[in-house]
Amino acid sequence: MAAYNDVIVGLEVHVQLNRLKSKMFCGCSTAYHDAPPNSHTCPVCLGLPGSLPVLNRRAVESGIKVGLALNCRIEENTLFYRKNYYYPDLPKGFQISQYDFPLATMGQVLIKGEDGERKIRITRAHLEEDPGRLVHAGTIDKAKYTMVDYNRCGMPLLEVVTEPDMRSPKEARIFLDKLKSILDYLDVFDGTLEGAMRVDANISLKGGDRAEVKNISSFKGVEKALSYEITRQRNMRRRGMEVIQETRHYDELRGITVSIRSKVEAHDYRYFPEPDLVPLRVADWVPNIRASLPELPDARRERFREEYGIADDHAKSLTSEIKVADFFESVASRAPPKLAAVWIADVLKGELNYRDVGIEQFSSDDMVEILQLLSEGRISDAAAVSVIREILDHGGSPAQVVEALGLAKAGDDVVLQAVRSAVSDCVEAVSDYRKGNERALNFIVGQVMKGTKGRADPGEAHRLVIEEIERL
Amino acid sequence: MIAMLSGLKKDLASGSAEEYLEGLFERIEKSKLNAFNTLSKESALERARKFDRSPWGGLLAGVPIAIKDGISTKGIETTCSSSILRGYIPPYDAHVIERLKAEGAIIMGKTNMDEFAMGTSTETSCFGPSRNPWEIDRVPGGSSGGSAAAVAGGEAPCALGSDTGGSVRCPASFCGIVGLKPTYGLVSRYGLISYANSLEQIGPLTRTVEDSALLLEVISGNDPRDSTSAEKGQYLAGVRESIAGLRLGVPREYFGEGVDPSVEKAVWDAISVLEELGASWREVSLPHTKYALAAYYIIAMSEASSNLARFDGLRYGKRMGEDRDWHTTFSKVRSAGFGKETKRRILLGTYALSAGYYGRYYLKALQVRTLIKEDFERSLADVDLLVSPTMPFPAFRIGERIDDPLSLYMADVFTVPINLAGVPAISVPCGFAGRLPIGLQLIGRHFEEDLLLRAARSFEEATPHHLRMPEVA
Repeated sequence: MAAYNDVIVGLEVHVQLNRLKSKMFCGCSTAYHDAPPNSHTCPVCLGLPGSLPVLNRRAVESGIKVGLALNCRIEENTLFYRKNYYYPDLPKGFQISQYDFPLATMGQVLIKGEDGERKIRITRAHLEEDPGRLVHAGTIDKAKYTMVDYNRCGMPLLEVVTEPDMRSPKEARIFLDKLKSILDYLDVFDGTLEGAMRVDANISLKGGDRAEVKNISSFKGVEKALSYEITRQRNMRRRGMEVIQETRHYDELRGITVSIRSKVEAHDYRYFPEPDLVPLRVADWVPNIRASLPELPDARRERFREEYGIADDHAKSLTSEIKVADFFESVASRAPPKLAAVWIADVLKGELNYRDVGIEQFSSDDMVEILQLLSEGRISDAAAVSVIREILDHGGSPAQVVEALGLAKAGDDVVLQAVRSAVSDCVEAVSDYRKGNERALNFIVGQVMKGTKGRADPGEAHRLVIEEIERL
Repeated sequence: MIAMLSGLKKDLASGSAEEYLEGLFERIEKSKLNAFNTLSKESALERARKFDRSPWGGLLAGVPIAIKDGISTKGIETTCSSSILRGYIPPYDAHVIERLKAEGAIIMGKTNMDEFAMGTSTETSCFGPSRNPWEIDRVPGGSSGGSAAAVAGGEAPCALGSDTGGSVRCPASFCGIVGLKPTYGLVSRYGLISYANSLEQIGPLTRTVEDSALLLEVISGNDPRDSTSAEKGQYLAGVRESIAGLRLGVPREYFGEGVDPSVEKAVWDAISVLEELGASWREVSLPHTKYALAAYYIIAMSEASSNLARFDGLRYGKRMGEDRDWHTTFSKVRSAGFGKETKRRILLGTYALSAGYYGRYYLKALQVRTLIKEDFERSLADVDLLVSPTMPFPAFRIGERIDDPLSLYMADVFTVPINLAGVPAISVPCGFAGRLPIGLQLIGRHFEEDLLLRAARSFEEATPHHLRMPEVA
């Protein structure tokens, strides 16, 4: 599927800066995820009368980091505003956010779009506080009452706003993956925590009004919601109806979007500068932060290709998460890099994904040892995969696993023995092969593998079977 | 005779804090002033007994103090004189309360005020108005009227108020005591329930200037919990020094039309006294004064409309019968919980911040604010202090102005420019119109409270006004 010419997508991405220790404007811990409701609160994040916000300077640093990584201009003096609206999850009746003079503006990110490279412009990135969380007793439409948990209230949020530069749901997904990867490298964001990233997606067809789909909590959801919207808006257009500007909610269960409010009902947030916080001059912070920025995913991918001579697909796969990239470099310094790239990108990552665990579950020393066994021809590819699976599932070292499961490659005589008995047993297959049916060989090789309990190298067995048939 | 805090401290150390406090509580319970909303009788007496058993040190060792009901006190109901906050007991102390306790003071109770500090008379309080000790049918001034009435009426040796547009100086002037509005940022606002954050400061209400300096010494200073908070200076040490050579400015715009002749005369007499003490004076001009009230009310109401949004009954304060859906429930709470003046200011502030009006009102007001600040900086470059009346007239009768909000707003004409500029100002008694006290306002440069207090102290020492006591006291 290629990008559409008439689809216009822009995103607002809310990123919790959840690697920070304390909340945006108070000293409460950010590690609230497993805590009982309302246990991570204080007068400030509960908005008790008389309490005052104090800016977490580390949050500003993190924001600048992200801004620089997204190639933004960093404002010299940044300012906080009050965004006024009533909602039970908002204990002050306003959210401290930014408006004029946001932290970062006018950036850009290059993605590999569906029709080649595409530039996604970043309008702005600004800091704000997360509201609390509403917990409905039952489902949202049938709940008799709703409870509020203020543990999340005051979590530092960075809102990244793009220009409408994406042309398909897939491109939105590619952009989000890229953003997530950059945040991961900057060590400001842990995407595994619940509610860590929420997306508002704006979508329109050329010449039409736009719909804003609010608060989508997964990347897959963004892709689905946008696809649904394209269909919905196209159908309306086909029927001669006009798409109106409105806010819509994505119903994850049903995979559809539903209208929440139209433009006429839009809020007037009555923004004005937060009088309890002073304007903050950050211009002097920028040089140091810039100097401390790590190598970012694109640069690392480029370097991997050049330095290790590995394929671009492998380089991409190995650099999307910083832990994986570090793992690869640790292994590649002690084993053939190309072999390492194949085994980490194609095999190990797949096994990790299947088990839904991170790469920290596997040690680079074990990977080096496995690659060594492979290079020395002491285990087959199939055996290497088994070793990886066994270590992930039950632990142990490669040597132990090979020993315990008897995975060492069988000696030549054992293989030859198995080849001879297979060829003499499979009379019909041998005759099929002689008649020109190449596939008959696979059956015989299968018998050899069975006879050696998988310890033979399939390629080697294949070669020996042909030799044996021709010898007869 | 005036019970200066320094003398009181000596008496308490040798006598009984418990007896003194019991005397105050007895007096309050018989009083017609309606100065207090809540008395923390048990905890205060308990602390006094402890003090009597083993006295502690500190700048305010054993001294009882009354606190405006807009300042958060841990464990003591804090209502801002609004029924929407009835029953709210803060789980934490304001910074100033921590400081008072650290210096050995005893919190005796919470004083009446205009609802959310919105007023000049305490008549907007949900507990009804406090009364002026000098004439019981007159207002004590506002919004810290309860604090001023308590101190003037002998119900508390000292008190804290807060001053957003004159709320400490106005009642000090009407009740014949000393009221100080510190430089914006000198006293942490942490725990002060916000009316208009960018304008207000907590300040002392006392019988003498020296007591004011002592309290400022205690409550001022940097607090990391208030981002607008600054470092303190020394206030008590030099307060008795002479003011010979001091240059005073008399702002032309603060006299004339609308000022009661008795007030004008008392202030000119005061200027003569200051001259005799070695000061010189000249006329200065603050040309943007005429825009101050408009700018002040737009800024204050805008900030208030946002500050007061948190009162929805969900977490604390008023609740209305059985809950319905969110919008119905919080609307009911706010309709019933806020008084008329508070609603008026929320509505006006909301309007001023609305899309399309923000530039015309709020931004414009901020521009005027800058001009007013520059007025003060310019004139205070050539003189050391400015002298003016605190209020254009003495205390008015209860009910006299409450139905005419504009005329009430006009009463703040000489106090609000000071808050807009952020400079410090003090009101000291400078005479009487019949039985009603008149206040003199001295205005200083940012963070020059030491000079302000010294001048006020010299004036006080040279005049008898502060020695007169109302009959009720």
